Amino acid sequence: MTSGLAAAATLTSTGEAVQFWLLGTVAVVGALATVLMKKAVHSALSLAGTMIVLAVFYLANGAYFLGIVQVVVYTGAIMMLFLFVVMLVGVTAADSLKETLKGQRWLAAACGLGFGILLIAGIGQASLSSFNGLGAANARHGGNVEGLANLIFTKYVFAFEITGALLITATVGAMLLTHRERTERAKSQREMSQERVRSSHLPPLPAPGVYARHNAVDIAGLLPDGTPSELTVMQTLRRRGQIRDVSDESLADLKALEQRSGERLGRDRADDGLAKNDSAGKDLAEDGEEVAK
Amino acid sequence: MENLIALLVAAPLLGAAVLLCGGRRLDRAGHWIGTLFAAASFVVGVVLFVDMLGRGADDRTLHQKLFSWIPVEGFQADVAFQLDQLSMTFVLLITGVGTLIHIYSIGYMEHDERRRRFFGYLNLFLAAMLILVIADNYLLLYVGWEGVGLASYLLIGFWQHKPSAATAAKKAFLVNRVGDMGLSIAIMLMFTTFGTFAFGPAFEATGDTSEGKLTAIGLMLLLAACGKSAQVPLQSWLGDAMEGPTPVSALIHAATMVTAGVYLIVRSGAIFNAAPDAQLVVVIVGAVTLLFGAIVGCAKDDIKKALAGSTMSQIGYMILAAGLGPIGYVFAIMHLVTHGFFKAGLFLGAGSVMHGMNDEVDMRKYGGLRKFMPVTFVTFGLGYLAIIGFPGLSGFFSKDMIIEAAFAKGGTEGWILGCVTLLGAAITAFYMTRVMLLTFFGEKRWQPDAEGHEPHPHESPKSMTIPMIVLAFGSVFAGGFFSIGDRFMHWLEPVTGHDHGHAPVSATTVTAATMVVLVIGVAIAWTMYGRKPVPVVAPRGSLLTRAARRDLLQDDFNHVVLVRGGEHLTRSLVYVDHTLVDGVVNGTAASMGGLSGRLRKLQNGYARSYAVSMFGGAAVLIAATLLMRAV
Amino acid sequence: MNPVNYLYLAALLFTIGASGVLIRRNAIVVFMCIELMLNACNLTLVAFSRMHGNLDGQIIAFFTMVVAAAEVVVGLAIIVSLFRSRHSASVDDASLMKL
Repeated sequence: MTSGLAAAATLTSTGEAVQFWLLGTVAVVGALATVLMKKAVHSALSLAGTMIVLAVFYLANGAYFLGIVQVVVYTGAIMMLFLFVVMLVGVTAADSLKETLKGQRWLAAACGLGFGILLIAGIGQASLSSFNGLGAANARHGGNVEGLANLIFTKYVFAFEITGALLITATVGAMLLTHRERTERAKSQREMSQERVRSSHLPPLPAPGVYARHNAVDIAGLLPDGTPSELTVMQTLRRRGQIRDVSDESLADLKALEQRSGERLGRDRADDGLAKNDSAGKDLAEDGEEVAK
Repeated sequence: MENLIALLVAAPLLGAAVLLCGGRRLDRAGHWIGTLFAAASFVVGVVLFVDMLGRGADDRTLHQKLFSWIPVEGFQADVAFQLDQLSMTFVLLITGVGTLIHIYSIGYMEHDERRRRFFGYLNLFLAAMLILVIADNYLLLYVGWEGVGLASYLLIGFWQHKPSAATAAKKAFLVNRVGDMGLSIAIMLMFTTFGTFAFGPAFEATGDTSEGKLTAIGLMLLLAACGKSAQVPLQSWLGDAMEGPTPVSALIHAATMVTAGVYLIVRSGAIFNAAPDAQLVVVIVGAVTLLFGAIVGCAKDDIKKALAGSTMSQIGYMILAAGLGPIGYVFAIMHLVTHGFFKAGLFLGAGSVMHGMNDEVDMRKYGGLRKFMPVTFVTFGLGYLAIIGFPGLSGFFSKDMIIEAAFAKGGTEGWILGCVTLLGAAITAFYMTRVMLLTFFGEKRWQPDAEGHEPHPHESPKSMTIPMIVLAFGSVFAGGFFSIGDRFMHWLEPVTGHDHGHAPVSATTVTAATMVVLVIGVAIAWTMYGRKPVPVVAPRGSLLTRAARRDLLQDDFNHVVLVRGGEHLTRSLVYVDHTLVDGVVNGTAASMGGLSGRLRKLQNGYARSYAVSMFGGAAVLIAATLLMRAV
Repeated sequence: MNPVNYLYLAALLFTIGASGVLIRRNAIVVFMCIELMLNACNLTLVAFSRMHGNLDGQIIAFFTMVVAAAEVVVGLAIIVSLFRSRHSASVDDASLMKL
């Protein structure tokens, strides 16, 4: 960067060269990972890495403003947007790297190879051995940002305004594209509450098996207050009177459970626990009788 | 006086319109209306004729322009009439004979329920024929030409319930189309050559025109004449045209329409005079047809077909005379007029015979009719004497003149033509004597027809006999009246011109020779048909007789050469069209279809495939850029 | 080292991105590859800006970024609505443009 002051240099500093070779490798690896990673999230992260490396290269090339903008806009905003969409869409069959189009991979490889070779040959052919550096240009208006600002608001002011219009248009377009038309009026909160009262079940219905100790269909679920709700059992079974009482079963279960845990944990402890569990079991049995009545 | 000319045409045209559009309510009076309009036209003709006689020989041509028909820049066609001596002759012949035949038809068509329509068609024919002869330009002449063709078609096929009549009408129309093509081509050639259709300016322009062009025009006009006048090679329709009612045969296919070709050639004399090659072809056609028709006439047992062969032959005489140039024009027209009288009379007589014989046409089933139909016998007999050229009668003068003119052509050509016409005269004498003997002499040979009706030969009503008598008068006296003092020649000379030629033999010698061949012809016929009884069923006859019975194989020739040839041509053209033309078209379509079927596989709908193409294209672009820089 | 190397790097990145577009089926990854290509271009612009001693290249890169942002917004919206209607983010599934 210091060599930027020279009118026409041919070599950069050694530091920059080292930085280029190190980070350049990272950038290429990141790009390859973007293409080759199976999961879209990994691709996005690899791309973010490449972009950060590119931001560093911008800085190294004297484009300080662009370097910062690269980090903020690309890595920050755009890549986050990508991640949002990746999360929204989720994992799909499209993630598979298996090729479905016949000959597509070979053609792609051939075209890519040919294109790359030709492009690099073109660059190699151009006589670009010397460079001017940005020192003078940056210094003219007192810095890189001021220099850019000077250009944007004078020479490129129309393009600048038009890009502004473009951004607005893009925003509106995105809204239009993702907007989903509602076909019927949404229910208001008042309407929903009135429906609930009319349905004779003010509290929410328990899902089958809630608070139950058993997953058989003929055992009623328990309400939050501990009472079993017959509504959770199939109508057919209710009519036949084939609902099993929760309480007896649970008492037996509990006993068996206590016994097994007591055997595993040891004698002495088990004795205390047994006394405690007995009282708990009585409570539960009483509850069950009340419900039965 | 000029304003009267249009009346000539207007009267029969109005008659046709009234009769054809009037509907059934005119059925009762239709024949009277038709006859009235025809007679009105004749009266107008006579008035004009008297007026014309009152003027000097060079001041006799009248013009009347009705309206400008096709007024286009560089293409001017008027509906205009020209009445000169030639037209006048035709007008009188057409309206005179036409009126007589109208009267005759009143009796002849008495029992036909479509009589009103018949008279309408007859009036239509008169109008068209008059347009033809008084038009002052070829385009209007063409209108009349097509008009008579139409009327002829309608009248030949008048008894359209008979398939033979319908076919004959179609045949006549189609063969006439060939000739009409010739006339239309001639008119186009005239327009490109002279820049006008009108007779006067066109004939004046012949002087500045190359002979080749004039020959071409002349040959096309001859083709037209051949079609309309039934000359070889377009003669095949006339025999079949006899399917029409007999008055039609008399008026259209003997006296007037078939002579339109002669009129055309005489009218276009200025063109033919300047094109000797065309004239030579005209003469050849006339000579060939003369013999052709005569031979056919000898073999036919159908009385009308025998007369049709005779008509063909006599028109051959006229065409031959017209082809001789100024030597013969006058005689062609004179023979035309006298022929109009006696041939119409003969046809009317034939019609009268058929009328009395339950429409039997086979002469072998007639015989001895002179006792049953005296008037018909006498009038027919006078017509017969006139046509064979019995001294003092019409045919004697007019035919003799043509034979003399043929000799007067000079050189080998003159000798050949003279001998041909003499031979024709002999054959004419033979076949007409044959008709006469078979019909009116010998024993009666008629038999009951299939339903057992014995024919009761009887004389025809007055409406039929009176026209026959009038025409018989014409047959007897017209020739003498025209020839004595060269009246007709002086009358027509201002229009057609006349040239005496260089006769190698004297007129007396020619007349004597004619008399000799006449006697020979009659004698042969007498030995064959007069001395011994005639078999009812025709004997097989010689090869020539059988060929002549089949119209000298003209239909067979047409069938083999034109019909079969045409069929083969169309079939091969269809084959070429199906295989080559369609093959190319379908092959192109199929190959395009196949190619696009392959190409559309590139359109697989996958965006990535398209992206590969774009990427490859970008690579090619870079390569091209690099190459350009390297170069 | 000569700054031309930045150009080589950019060419490499661009080619990798383009190949990714051709190879991957997930529309989102394809889109990321397009972003990679855009970034490669930006790097070229910045490097040229330095070589020529001129800030215009950076301005162009800046505009590229803005346009890329707009493009991402719209593109992702398209992907989302496509996913909603077809329940797939595969570019191969949207292959209606064929016979």
